[in-house]
Amino acid sequence: MSAATGINGEITSSELNQQPAATPTAERRVRSTPSRWRQVVPTVLIYVVSIAVALALCALLVSTTGGSAMKVFSALLDGSLRSPGSWGITINTAAPLLAVAAGTIVAGKAGLSNIGQEGQVLLGAAATAFIATRLVASGPVVIIISLTAGAAVGGLWALLASVMKFSRKVPEVISTLLLYFIAIQITDFALTKRWLLASLSTDSRVNNGQPIKRNARLPGFELFGNTISWGAFVAIILTAVIGIALARTTTGFRLRMLGLNPRTARRAGVSAAKIGGAALVVSGATAGLAGSLWLTGGVPGDRFTSGMSSNLGWQGLLVALLARQRAALAIPMAFVFAALRTGSQFLSATGVDRRIADVVQAMLVLALLVGAALEMVQKRRAERMAAA
Amino acid sequence: MIAFGGAIWELLSSDSTYASTMRFSTLLAFAAIGEWIAERAGTINISVEGMILTGAFTAALGSDLTGNVWVGLLFGVLGGFLVAYVQGTMSHRFGTNQFVVGLTLNVLAVGLTAFLDAQIEPKVGPAGILRIPGLASIPLIGPALFERTWIQYMLYPLIPLAWWAVYRTRWGLELRCVGENPQAGDVSGIDVSKRRRQGVFVCGLCAGLAGAYLTLGHTGSFTANGLNGRGFLALAAVIFGGWTLKGALGGALIFGFFQALSSVFQALGYKANAQLLTALPYVMALITMLVFAHRSRQPDALARPFVRGLT
Repeated sequence: MSAATGINGEITSSELNQQPAATPTAERRVRSTPSRWRQVVPTVLIYVVSIAVALALCALLVSTTGGSAMKVFSALLDGSLRSPGSWGITINTAAPLLAVAAGTIVAGKAGLSNIGQEGQVLLGAAATAFIATRLVASGPVVIIISLTAGAAVGGLWALLASVMKFSRKVPEVISTLLLYFIAIQITDFALTKRWLLASLSTDSRVNNGQPIKRNARLPGFELFGNTISWGAFVAIILTAVIGIALARTTTGFRLRMLGLNPRTARRAGVSAAKIGGAALVVSGATAGLAGSLWLTGGVPGDRFTSGMSSNLGWQGLLVALLARQRAALAIPMAFVFAALRTGSQFLSATGVDRRIADVVQAMLVLALLVGAALEMVQKRRAERMAAA
Repeated sequence: MIAFGGAIWELLSSDSTYASTMRFSTLLAFAAIGEWIAERAGTINISVEGMILTGAFTAALGSDLTGNVWVGLLFGVLGGFLVAYVQGTMSHRFGTNQFVVGLTLNVLAVGLTAFLDAQIEPKVGPAGILRIPGLASIPLIGPALFERTWIQYMLYPLIPLAWWAVYRTRWGLELRCVGENPQAGDVSGIDVSKRRRQGVFVCGLCAGLAGAYLTLGHTGSFTANGLNGRGFLALAAVIFGGWTLKGALGGALIFGFFQALSSVFQALGYKANAQLLTALPYVMALITMLVFAHRSRQPDALARPFVRGLT
């Protein structure tokens, strides 16, 4: 029971169920295999219906407030996929989302809920901006140092939460959240001081950082008229490494054990403070790196601005949750979220407030959650029927 | 040092400090009472932020539609309950992880209220100030407590009511039981998920009230994204208070004071760094939790989902 504290409870408990191999539950499952095809169809149906309901609700919302739902959806598609060059922008937006998600998976698998990625992204971007506006060196050196700085600062910010958790029992759920609000103020403060991030020119555009050096930007390459930044590869490699490390290494095994059943993990000699603390730091570091990738390869513009993380942290977190803590699934999920994000930039032409994109996103997430929940309920019912 | 002491004295002897503190604390206190009940039943309800925000918006909506403050208040409470209904059903009927649902609901609440606010632009008729004669003339704290909007007065009966419901009724005992040991509760015939849902629902009602207070009694208008994480301070207040009602209310008072500092400082003519003042409540929340959180014992099954038969 105490095992099911993982950030995605249902996965945790279902994996637990599989451990005792020769129990009546397993037999029941074997007996019910002939109807597997019959199980898959309702599952797909559940998801299709819940997504359709979510989209219908959004359409209803748009049309009752005087907009055209069809125009909104077509603008979303235009902005993210159909207009020239938009694939590249979407992929460059997906990269930081994926980086955030990859770290979230690490923390989630260890049974910890880091939900302050937004602040870690912001600080990571700020650290990168600080280095990238100052360091005079050749391109690759600047890039490597500034990305490392971003990851380090993001990791440090999460380290605060992990120290508070493991030495003073402050729940990481609330400490990471509160640290986000402090991070906003720190970066805003840095934007008022020239020796930190503030712009050197005395024009009226306040709350803007200095432009980062040209050679500090991530190089990209052209593909069918889309510019794709190398950040996408950084994010994908990071996700692959994390996925493999979790699945195939001893540390990964310990970490998963900690998440699935902390009591067993303790008896097996896994230190919650060491492994769990490290997991939190890793999740903060990837979020910081995401901020760096966003600043050097994703964001339109070339400077750090106030609140430039603009929900990347929250959305990356949602990506990880919807991918159900699976690294491989996080990649397409990040792309979908990035498409909604870039698509929303085309909304202004339709006269509908662009914040509808946030609503669509959250509704889709809810739809997928409801879908997963209904699937669970159905499975439980089927099991009960089989037992009777 | 003397100048600093003088500043502190001036701060503590000024009426406006107390009035300003209560203005912020009332919001936190409403929400903290609800959050406390939800947490005693075993839910760390992070969607309390979304509940307050939704309540604040629906209160503005109700006020805009009818021009009546009472209807606005009712709308606010219902708005909070709506979010709570989704949260409670998803996390304690369908077994979805409570943080996942809470986070999604927060994102949804921010997006939806901002979108609808831009479309509808509700006009709010603020609630009037009601002075209670006699009590309001108490020096220092009189105006802060008894010369305020009548919505704040709803807090005073709510506190003993919440205490009585949780500590002195069968319902409260069962509620605390499912937060401490759901297996034992289940065995003795309590519907664990139902009690937990009810905890979240009550939290939604209280948070909706907090939202209505924010719109109708505090700011007099709805600001998109205007809550800015204060709901999480209510959550921190519960942890700071060691999961007791008086502790949670004390936390609400302290965090409210630190929020009030920035306006009070300006009113008294002191200069301080704007970012520091804005960050102060959050920093203080972290520091106070650092000092006090490990001393208190949290409900045993806090944030742990209940699955029957799996131990």
